[in-house]
Amino acid sequence: MKMKKLLSLVLTAAMTATLLVGCGGSEGSSDVVTTDGANVFKIGAIGPTTGSAAVYGSAVMNGAQIAVDEINAAGGINGMTIELNCQDDECDAEKSVNAYNTLTDWGMQALVGTTTSGCCVAVAAEAAQDNTFLLTPSGSAVECIAYDNAFRVCFSDPNQGIASAQYIGQNGIASKVAVIYDSSDVYSSGIYEKFAAEAANQGVEIVAAEAFTADNKTDFSVQIQKAKDSGAELVFLPIYYTEASLILAQADQLGYKPMFFGCDGLDGILGVENFNTALAEDVMLLTPFAADAQDELTKKFVATYNEKFGETPNQFAADAYDAVYIIKAAAEKAGLKAGMTPSEVCDALVPVMTEITVNGLTGEGMTWSADGEPSKAPKAVKIKDGVYTAM
Amino acid sequence: MKKLKNMNKNTKSNLLTYMMVIVTYVIVQIFIATGNMSSLMEGLLVPVCTYVILAVSLNLTVGILGELSLGHAGFMCVGAFASALFSLGMKDSIENDLLRFIVAILIAAVSAAVAGILVGIPVLRLKGDYLAIVTLAFGEIIKNFINAIYLGVDANGLHFSMKDTMSLGMEADGKILIKGAQGITGTPHCSNFTIGVILIMLSLVIINNLVNSRTGRAVMSIRDNRIAAESVGINITKYKLIAFTISASLAGVAGALYAHNLSTLMATPKNFGYNMSIMILVFVVLGGIGNMRGSVIAAVLLTLLPELLRGLADYRMLIYAIVLIFMMLFNWSPQFIDFRKKMMSKFKNKKKAEKEA
Repeated sequence: MKMKKLLSLVLTAAMTATLLVGCGGSEGSSDVVTTDGANVFKIGAIGPTTGSAAVYGSAVMNGAQIAVDEINAAGGINGMTIELNCQDDECDAEKSVNAYNTLTDWGMQALVGTTTSGCCVAVAAEAAQDNTFLLTPSGSAVECIAYDNAFRVCFSDPNQGIASAQYIGQNGIASKVAVIYDSSDVYSSGIYEKFAAEAANQGVEIVAAEAFTADNKTDFSVQIQKAKDSGAELVFLPIYYTEASLILAQADQLGYKPMFFGCDGLDGILGVENFNTALAEDVMLLTPFAADAQDELTKKFVATYNEKFGETPNQFAADAYDAVYIIKAAAEKAGLKAGMTPSEVCDALVPVMTEITVNGLTGEGMTWSADGEPSKAPKAVKIKDGVYTAM
Repeated sequence: MKKLKNMNKNTKSNLLTYMMVIVTYVIVQIFIATGNMSSLMEGLLVPVCTYVILAVSLNLTVGILGELSLGHAGFMCVGAFASALFSLGMKDSIENDLLRFIVAILIAAVSAAVAGILVGIPVLRLKGDYLAIVTLAFGEIIKNFINAIYLGVDANGLHFSMKDTMSLGMEADGKILIKGAQGITGTPHCSNFTIGVILIMLSLVIINNLVNSRTGRAVMSIRDNRIAAESVGINITKYKLIAFTISASLAGVAGALYAHNLSTLMATPKNFGYNMSIMILVFVVLGGIGNMRGSVIAAVLLTLLPELLRGLADYRMLIYAIVLIFMMLFNWSPQFIDFRKKMMSKFKNKKKAEKEA
């Protein structure tokens, strides 16, 4: 009994001690803001760097890092050096809020994040409460930017769905369309819904809509067979490239050769290991970013990324890179000075967001409306001889 | 003082647990009031309460009833979605946040209890490993089922579909409440630390009193010797079902706390899948099977640990796993227990010697 008591006492002490440790840390970091925060602008980034969605989070972190390094080398924002702090959220809303709170303790003045939609909705609510400026590179669900302080770089899901349907309808690419989508994924089902609604207006008939879920995404023969039987001329794939590469390979095995059309999630399909890129020939996709584009900015970015991280950047990296430059443009326009609180930074940045125009990797002349949506034209590209070419 | 000495050993131990929770609560409140709390810690308070309730409630099934359940996160999921749906639907009708939250918690408890009964009736006929596997399956079924639900409301009433939002056939002014995999968005932020601690205390009181009651003894007799229990006329299925349902219902309460702490609620493998069920089981096993106080401490430590390790960046999950292995060994390996006992007796002898000297 006595030992048990002692043990519980020790554990209670440990518990309190852990709480104290946490507090100590916070005091330390808040000191940093006031004392040597003199010439520093603190940007936080949140995304999954562990777990199944780690690809996206890591890309965002890397992209943001490149932009920060470039800006710092060129003299920073209004003379302030940018400090970047990336936190992992494991693609879980609860962990994402923890990551956000960690960054708040660190003294973050603007947030590039979060990477994934679900987490972004939760963090946006917290950021709105604290009045912290939030710019999500890739949170595409509508609710991500429900608050005044939140903006995004990528297209929203509905926009992509509508744009795809309009593109197919107006250019007369196909009249009978089959859709294969991931019903357990916010991104995929969000695009599909709007695509289906807009397709009706465009005179495009959806002859088959086949869903799969995250638990069941290796064998697509049933969905492909159904699409084939329905006589669709075009298969719309509002999904990520890993599954799309499997669908292309399996459709080929079944001898089914329709046209394939995708959204920005398909970007990266040429980089899938052991994937025969000949199968992706003639696949069309709407994407704001193509790593093979020949403009100066993209070429430079891809080269730096390759050199630093040893891989070709995807759209997430490009979005994050742009996000940092957008914050820079807004901060310069608002004339931010060092040592402002996050709330002051937010109040200064929000009104100028609607006034700035940014040329970035993911679009020329991007502008924002007060509700946080970007305005930029999606580029339609077609894969020809193993490279993306503009249509 | 005399009264305290004569008190039942169980009652004393329970009181110690309650005191521990209250003292921690007071300390935390002092820290918040004096502004010494980092926002990370403040943000972690409600999740910690959620996991403590989950650990304590699972301990009822694993420790007291003696059955291994791997579907606990499923009941949490039911509670979370039921309460979030209620709060979202009644946002405008019930103005008082606290009142609405209390009703939401009750709804969570009832709906999770109903799910507990439905799952329990077929499942509790099995035992041991079979039961573990079947509860695992039910947990996944609950998660996937909720992922397929679409529910909307407009002037004509409720619309329900298992396919997609288009097939709801809603009017233009309608509001979609549950959007399949995208779950529920816009749950009001009602959870706070005080309510969390009150719920922890309630769960502890319910479970501790149940254990020391006639029903609790019947449940434990089933755990210890099923045949003997049956032979003295105990209705096995009934008592098993009672314990299982109470455990599920408390998990539902934890779900309500979870749902009202975040503005988005999605049933992902991360938060309501079997990973979470196993996480809760880890709290229980580390804290000691059947030991409520241990569950509380283990849940608090293991929830805080990964966040306190954030400084280690990508290595933190690795370190977390290693720390977990060491904590398990330190707490439960026979050699370590012997070692601890030896050290303790040495310590005691020394004290005695000092006293005598």
